[in-house]
Amino acid sequence: MSDKPVSCPREKRLWSEEFSVAAGEQSFVERRQLGKFLLLTSAAMFAGQIWLLAKDAFTKRVHTIWPRKAVALESELAVGAAKVFAYPGPQDNCLLIRVDEERYVAYSQKCTHLSCAVVYSAGNRRLECPCHEGYFSIEDGHVIQGPPPRPLPRIELERSGGQLYAKGITVFGQEEAR
Amino acid sequence: MTPEGRSAARKRAARAMDGATILLIVLLIVQIWLLMASVESWLAGHRGVALPAALMSGALFCGCVGLVMLAHRAGRTARTPGTGGAPPPSS
Repeated sequence: MSDKPVSCPREKRLWSEEFSVAAGEQSFVERRQLGKFLLLTSAAMFAGQIWLLAKDAFTKRVHTIWPRKAVALESELAVGAAKVFAYPGPQDNCLLIRVDEERYVAYSQKCTHLSCAVVYSAGNRRLECPCHEGYFSIEDGHVIQGPPPRPLPRIELERSGGQLYAKGITVFGQEEAR
Repeated sequence: MTPEGRSAARKRAARAMDGATILLIVLLIVQIWLLMASVESWLAGHRGVALPAALMSGALFCGCVGLVMLAHRAGRTARTPGTGGAPPPSS
């Protein structure tokens, strides 16, 4: 073999016609293409973060006005009993619980894990999600056990003339926004 | 430059591109995790994470751009005559 430099690309040789793909060059092209694809994916992730930032900036300005809605009579519930009601919309089920003689609490019935309906367990004094055994405290709705990542949204209650009214929803982490 | 020298230069360039690609993949995994964690935190009510996560993601994206440019430069150097690389394509 001689030390002759690589021939001019214009000089077509028989082998280059028969094997038109240069394997060495192709490996560089494949790496470049992979690099571009990875860069595009990285740009998509960055765009996702920007979207989250924009959504955050937008939703901070929105203040929801919750309706005031009668949900139950005080005498309707015995101590330790629970009642399902819809608030604020007809599809938004919530649980009203009479904790003791003078105390009522209400939470959204939708589990914060995968939106299964939570039920009240009077014996254990907690709210339980039957799907993945997520348990919530009835004191403030915080997660006691299981996969739910955040507490249940709490329904603000008001007592007036023997009637219980729902007047708002407090979502964990957004208390200061109201 | 001897054919052996050219081959060694190409190998070095290929190794540099491989290294850059691996680093790129690592940065991308971190970026995917960052987006996932920040969305989950945001939904959990920790709204303060949106801005630092976006800044961090931007920095990671810049890192990815730098690595891709580095890989391209390594590939170009390997194929440029006189630098130990193969001649450029005839087109």
